[in-house]
Amino acid sequence: MSDDLEAFRAETRDWLEANCPPEMRKPMRSDKDICWGGRNPQFSSPEQKLWLDRMAERGWTVPDWPKEYGGGGLDPARAKIVREEMARLKCRNPLYSFGISMLGPALLKYGNEAQKLEHLPKIARGEIRWCQGYSEPNAGSDLAGLATSAEDKGDHFLVNGQKVWTSYADKADWIFCLVRTDRSNKHNGISFVLFDMESEGVSTKPILLISGYSPFCETFFDNVKVPKENLVGELNRGWDVAKYLLGHEREMISGMGLRDSGKPLHESAIATVGRDAEGRLADPLLRAQIALFEVRAKAFAAMSERFIDALKAGKAHPAQPSMMKYYGTELNKTRYELLMASGGSDALEWESAESGNGALPRAWLRTKANSIEGGTSEIQLNIIAKRILELPNQ
Amino acid sequence: MPLFLNDEQAMLADTAKDFVAEHAPVSHLRKLRDDHDETGFSPALWKQFAEMGFTGILIPENDNGLGLGHVEAGIVLEEIGRNLSPSPFLTTAVAAVSALQGSAQRDRWFPAILSGDSVAALAIDEHAKHGGCIAMKAERSGNGFRLSGTKQFVAHGHVADLILVAARTAGSPQDKEGITLFAVSKDSTGMSVDPRRLADSSLASHMTFDNVEVDADAVIGEVDQGGTVLNRLLAAGRTGAAAEMLGVGSGAMDLTVNYLRERKQFGVHIGSFQALQHRAAHLYSELEVARAAILKAQQLLDGGSEGAEQAVSVAKAQIGLATTLAVQEGIQMHGGIGMTDEYDIGFYMKRGRVLAELFGDANYHANLLAEASGY
Repeated sequence: MSDDLEAFRAETRDWLEANCPPEMRKPMRSDKDICWGGRNPQFSSPEQKLWLDRMAERGWTVPDWPKEYGGGGLDPARAKIVREEMARLKCRNPLYSFGISMLGPALLKYGNEAQKLEHLPKIARGEIRWCQGYSEPNAGSDLAGLATSAEDKGDHFLVNGQKVWTSYADKADWIFCLVRTDRSNKHNGISFVLFDMESEGVSTKPILLISGYSPFCETFFDNVKVPKENLVGELNRGWDVAKYLLGHEREMISGMGLRDSGKPLHESAIATVGRDAEGRLADPLLRAQIALFEVRAKAFAAMSERFIDALKAGKAHPAQPSMMKYYGTELNKTRYELLMASGGSDALEWESAESGNGALPRAWLRTKANSIEGGTSEIQLNIIAKRILELPNQ
Repeated sequence: MPLFLNDEQAMLADTAKDFVAEHAPVSHLRKLRDDHDETGFSPALWKQFAEMGFTGILIPENDNGLGLGHVEAGIVLEEIGRNLSPSPFLTTAVAAVSALQGSAQRDRWFPAILSGDSVAALAIDEHAKHGGCIAMKAERSGNGFRLSGTKQFVAHGHVADLILVAARTAGSPQDKEGITLFAVSKDSTGMSVDPRRLADSSLASHMTFDNVEVDADAVIGEVDQGGTVLNRLLAAGRTGAAAEMLGVGSGAMDLTVNYLRERKQFGVHIGSFQALQHRAAHLYSELEVARAAILKAQQLLDGGSEGAEQAVSVAKAQIGLATTLAVQEGIQMHGGIGMTDEYDIGFYMKRGRVLAELFGDANYHANLLAEASGY
């Protein structure tokens, strides 16, 4: 068994060595280097496209999905080896996708066969880019209070309402969306539907954020026709799908605590404050802060490994993603505070060639949403307190 | 290897949990303290540990031990920590055994450790804060060496049969090279032991070595090459201390969460207050992250993997922070009753503080990691 795994590891390493272009093993310079796929994919280089095509061909954009749905069909141990070997060679993630990290797992669990065959392979190959229609102007932390309605019109639903904080709605091809199908029942009156963003009646309006970017949109639905076969799971049982999917969303967001900003924190600090006679970072208090942060970051990397191992083996507590999300996002915010402190006044430049048009300060501001999106830190702590610690309700 | 316990390890955890909770719960510590016990632990209990096979966990099968690893040793240590059981397990069956593995002295000491007849102590620290500095001299004399200098924070030093002493055979106190590790018997002439009662009611000694003569065969490993053995001892000790501390932190959290579920004020359970729920949930998160870091360190040590030493520092530092938080939050959320001697939560705070210092605190290990990363 263990010999088999070692053989698989060697094979994997050889294949990655041969197939991952050197360009795709360098740290990403900015968000522009992220590949999102979609009907109108933007590639920052030919190597980026080649890397996606090769990985998709092998099913390794989603190594542990079944082969018939475009995955690699690998068991947890082998999927872990692929992740480890990609990390060892510093291979970039070939495809960032809400389809992979959020919708896919939900479809695998709740979708019917036709839905799986229709949507999963396109997700795996990066052909369709998805967005998530969850939050509404009056349903944020209290997500189940959503009002966007879907009226039964026989062969289709008629969807009306508004979503907000829809990530990249203006760039997405399809949406997975929570809609109200029963006004008399809060949690058991929600359904989970899929539809094409090109459908008549869908419009989006980007929201300008403090970072100067607009990753989120307001999304409007005005008499949008959604075919009945696009209902996932049972009518009025969409909250189950939504919660399951939120767990995966939180898992994805928690990964931000692991994200490398390209170079280690202390190198950013050394670049501005230098070293003392013994070769240590010259600012002893900043050095101490970075060193203690690195303890937490490395411990959290072990936690992430443990969480994924437990999840794949079906041993994770169902509320564990809340802990991961809470810890990972708070960690990521701290990382960016330290990057800003390390950068000093250089890190304040917003519009200059040297700063890549303020890449760092904009990213720093972006991280402030990490502990809000996908359920605030306070909501995660509520969930941990109730579902894991079993503390009483108020 | 997945980062959770396998089936055999989970079984050992169940066994250890039941055994330690039954034979050495917190009331056991309380009784030893109230009786002004001078040994620092129960020798009968130590015998039982041996009968359970626990003392042989890290002793290789060829030497009649169980040939298991740091994951398994950590499982027992976590229960020792959870129950605040006074025990020489960490110094003897984990740190000393790791140092003696493969050495010439193992034939002399392993059988006595396996049977629960011997206890080992570690004479490493020379200052109040753990550091790399070893000034104690070991000078060649006849067929052996003469040891001179002082040590402190030597847990079980006053009752140990075997004392592992780190001394300098070359170079100056700050050097990493030139260290030799000695296995010294308790009745050596010129050795004086001054046991001090610590805050957690355990006993740790200041030791003075005044030209203590030892034979050449007391050297563990090679002369001047003790750094390797010492590193092995410290990696085992630190990982073990981290595991014990995880038990202390988890025990404190469990006590506290139970209290939140039961205590009523304003006519409701105080655990229904969001201010307290969030503190408890944050604490849970810190301890879970530390648990993962500790298991990672144990697995890497057991695999002899590169990066094990850094993982050990991460584990010791992270649990240092998490358990310090756990005991402080524990007392705060208990309120006034948490300050009373009658309640156990204060014992957790005291033990947590001792373990935080043992083999280097969080700052010490964060600094080691920074140095290893080149800043």
